[in-house]
Amino acid sequence: MSDFQIKKSPVVYDAIVVGSGAGGGMAGYVLANAGLKVLMLEAGPYYDPRLHSNQLFWSYQSPRRGAGTTRPFGEFDAAYGGWEIDGEPYTTKNGTQFDWFRAHMLGGRTNHWGRISLRFGPKDFKGKSHDGISEDWPISYDDVKPFYDKIDRLLGIYGTKEGLENEPDGIFLPPPKPRLHELFIKKGAAKAGVPVIPGRGSVLTEALPDNKDRQKCFNCGQCGRACRIYGDFSSSSCLVIPAKKYNENLELTCNAMVREVLTNDEGLATGVSYINKEDGQEYQVSGKVVILAASACSSARIMLNSRSTRHPNGIANGSGLVGKYLHDSTGAAIGGFLPALMDRKRYNEDGVGSVHIYSPWWLDNKKERLDFPRGYHIEYWGGFGMPAYGFGFGMHGLNGKVPARDGSPKEAGGYGASLKDDYRRFFGTSVGMAGRGTAIAFKDNYCEIDPNVVDKWGIPVLRFHYKWSDYEIKQAKHMQETFQEIMHQMGAEITWGVQGPETNYGLEAPGRIIHEVGTTRMGDDPKNSVLNKWCQAHEVKNLFVADGGPIVQQGDKNCTWTILALSMRTSEYIIEQKKQFNI
Amino acid sequence: MNRRKYLKFIGVGSITASVLWESCQPETQEAGGADTGSAEEILEVGRQDFEIERDKRLLSETFFTPHEMATITVLADIIIPKDEKSGSASEAGVPDFIEFIVKDMPHHQVPMRGGLRWLDVECLNRFEKAFVDCPKEQQIEIVDEIAYPNKVKPGMEQGVAFFNRMRDLTATGFFTSEMGIKDIGYMGNSPNDWQGVPADVLAQYGFEEG
Repeated sequence: MSDFQIKKSPVVYDAIVVGSGAGGGMAGYVLANAGLKVLMLEAGPYYDPRLHSNQLFWSYQSPRRGAGTTRPFGEFDAAYGGWEIDGEPYTTKNGTQFDWFRAHMLGGRTNHWGRISLRFGPKDFKGKSHDGISEDWPISYDDVKPFYDKIDRLLGIYGTKEGLENEPDGIFLPPPKPRLHELFIKKGAAKAGVPVIPGRGSVLTEALPDNKDRQKCFNCGQCGRACRIYGDFSSSSCLVIPAKKYNENLELTCNAMVREVLTNDEGLATGVSYINKEDGQEYQVSGKVVILAASACSSARIMLNSRSTRHPNGIANGSGLVGKYLHDSTGAAIGGFLPALMDRKRYNEDGVGSVHIYSPWWLDNKKERLDFPRGYHIEYWGGFGMPAYGFGFGMHGLNGKVPARDGSPKEAGGYGASLKDDYRRFFGTSVGMAGRGTAIAFKDNYCEIDPNVVDKWGIPVLRFHYKWSDYEIKQAKHMQETFQEIMHQMGAEITWGVQGPETNYGLEAPGRIIHEVGTTRMGDDPKNSVLNKWCQAHEVKNLFVADGGPIVQQGDKNCTWTILALSMRTSEYIIEQKKQFNI
Repeated sequence: MNRRKYLKFIGVGSITASVLWESCQPETQEAGGADTGSAEEILEVGRQDFEIERDKRLLSETFFTPHEMATITVLADIIIPKDEKSGSASEAGVPDFIEFIVKDMPHHQVPMRGGLRWLDVECLNRFEKAFVDCPKEQQIEIVDEIAYPNKVKPGMEQGVAFFNRMRDLTATGFFTSEMGIKDIGYMGNSPNDWQGVPADVLAQYGFEEG
C-alpha cells in the first residue's frame, strides 16, 4: 500500500517567504523584526559561512587543487550549484541560448557573489525618457534612495563620494587602496580617456557600528568562498542567521523545493506546496501573505506552475508577462600580462575580495554618437593570487614573448630549470578587465514552462528563449576596442579575449553574468506589468515578488543592492498594509 | 588547524582571532590534510554529500598503469627539476596529482594515455626501447623535439600537443603544492591589514602614491 500523502500544517503564518537570498533574506529579516510570524522556505541545505566556508584553505589541501569540477568558480567557492544541476534540467527554444545559474543553499548566490554593490542611478530608472528605448520604471531613484541609504548602514559598503550623475553616492566606509597592477591600469585608462574610481563593495573595511556579530575584513581576498567572520555581505550571515538569533518570529525550513502557490476560490494566495528533499514527502503550508524570492526565473516558474480556475495561465499572469522581459547583463573580457611587472617583489596584496577600482560608464551616448544605447562599467583584476588548478597553463604562449634574464631571445615552451624560473618571473604580472553592461529588456526574451519536461520531483521545468540584439553586440564591440586601448596604453601584452564579429566580439551567452532579472516586472498598468510599484501582484493582493523579477530594466550595475533595497521597501509596505488590514 | 597556524592569526586583533579560533574547532576542522598537504585526505568542510562521495570514489580508483606512472614521473622531473630553490616535480607529488586530476577531469584521459603511448612508440622506433628505459641523452633528444612548439618538425606535432599538456599539468601540480607555493613566493592567504603598495615598490615603478 502506498503511503503517499500531502502533509498539511495547521499553522497559519503571517508571511511565507520563498527563498533566502538577497531578496528573501531581506524580507524575512524586516518582517520578522517587525513582529510577523514568518516561515522561510529554502530549496537547498543550511549554510553558515562561519561553519561551512572554505576560507583560508590552501590549494594543496585538495587533490584537485581548487579546480572547478563540481563548482564552476572552483571547489572552494561557496555556491552549491552552477549552470547545470543534476536532476534539475531546463531547456531552450528555437536554437537560442540561456545559461541558468542556481545556488540552492541558505543565502543562495549571495554566499559567493562579487560584492560589487552599485546603486541604479536616476537615468537607469527612467531610461526610456532619455533615449526612447525599453521601459521606464513606475518609480524613480528618489523612491528607492531612502532604502539604499538604509541598507548601506545596515550591511556596510565601501566607496568614495564622486558626485557622478548616474552613479549615486552612498554611505560609504573607506575603500581599499589600489594594488600595483591597478595603478598601471589607472594610468593606462587615463591615457585612453576612461576614468577609474575606487570600487564600491559590501565588505567591512571598518567595523560596522553597533554590530557585534560581524568583524572587520582581514584582507584575504576570498569573499567568493564566503566569510567566516561575516566581514562581507551574505544573506545567510547578515540577514537570516541574525534574524533567527535575535527573535523567534522567523522559522526556517531548508531543503524545501516549492512547487506552487496555493489559492482559494477568490484567487488569493493561501500558502504554498513544496517537496521536502530530506524525507521526500509533500507538504502544504498556509500563510496570509506569500512573498516569492526564489530568484527571477525560479519565482516565474513557481507562478507559471500555479494554475487554477482563477489563474488559468499561472498565478497573477493575466497580462501573460510572467517570464517575459528576462534580461541578464552583457559581459566581455580580455586579459594578458604586464612585462613591466616581470620579476616583481613579493608581498601580500590579496586585499578585499570585491573590486578595489572600477570604471563607471563614462560616455554620453548622444554626444558621442554611439551606435548602441546605455553603457557598461569595467571591472579589473590581476596581480598575485593563490596558485590553483590552471596556474601556469599556456606558458608556451607566454615565455617566447619576453627576453630571458640575460636579455637574450627565448624560444617559446621548453623544460627544465629555465622553464621553472619562467613561472617565477611571470608570477604576479597578469592583468585583465571585463565589461558589465546594460542588456535591453525585450518581451521576446523569456522563460516559459516546457510542456514536455519535468525535473526529478515532477515539477515542470523552464524553457528559455533568449537572443542578443544588435544593441548588446555593438556594445561588446565597443568594450573590445576600449579594453584593447587601455591594455595598450598601460604597456600590457594581450594574450586572450580579442574576438571579432564571428563570436559577437566575445559577448558572453545570456545568463553567464548571473544578473538575470525582469521576469515579473512592475508597472502601473496591469496589462503591461505583473506587479504594481510595491512589487505586489496586480491580480493577487497578498502575493509579492522580492527578487530580481520586478526590475523593469536594469542599468549596467550589478543588481544585488537594488534587489535588497526593493525587498526592504516591499517589506515595509507589507507591514503598513497589514496595520491597515488591507492584506 | 594546528596551534602554529592559530598563533599566526593573533596579530590581527583579539576579536577576529577568537572568532577564527572558534570557527576552527573540531566540528569544522579541515580533514587533517591541512599541514601535510596530503592528497589522500578529502575535504569535508562545507562539501555537499555528492562531492564527498565522488572524491572517495575517485581516490579508490586507479587510472594509469605502473609503466605510465613511471613515464609521467620521468617527464615531470625533466619539466620541473630540483634546483637551488626547491625540489623536483616528483618530490612535490606531481605524479599523484596528475593521476587524480585525469580521474577528476576525464577529458585529459585519452590525450594523456595516447600521448604517453605516442612517446613510447617514437622511442621504440628510434631507440628500440620504451621512453623510461632510454638513457637520459636519448630522453632529452626526443623531448627537445617536442618541447618547442614554434620549431616543431613535420610529423612531431602530436608530440608537441602532448608535451604542452604535460608541461601544463606538471607546472600546475608543482606550483599548487606546498613546496611550489613557497617557491613562487605567494605571500597571501593569511589575515593582514592591506594598506596599499609598499613605498619602495611605488618608488621602483615611479608611482608617487597608492
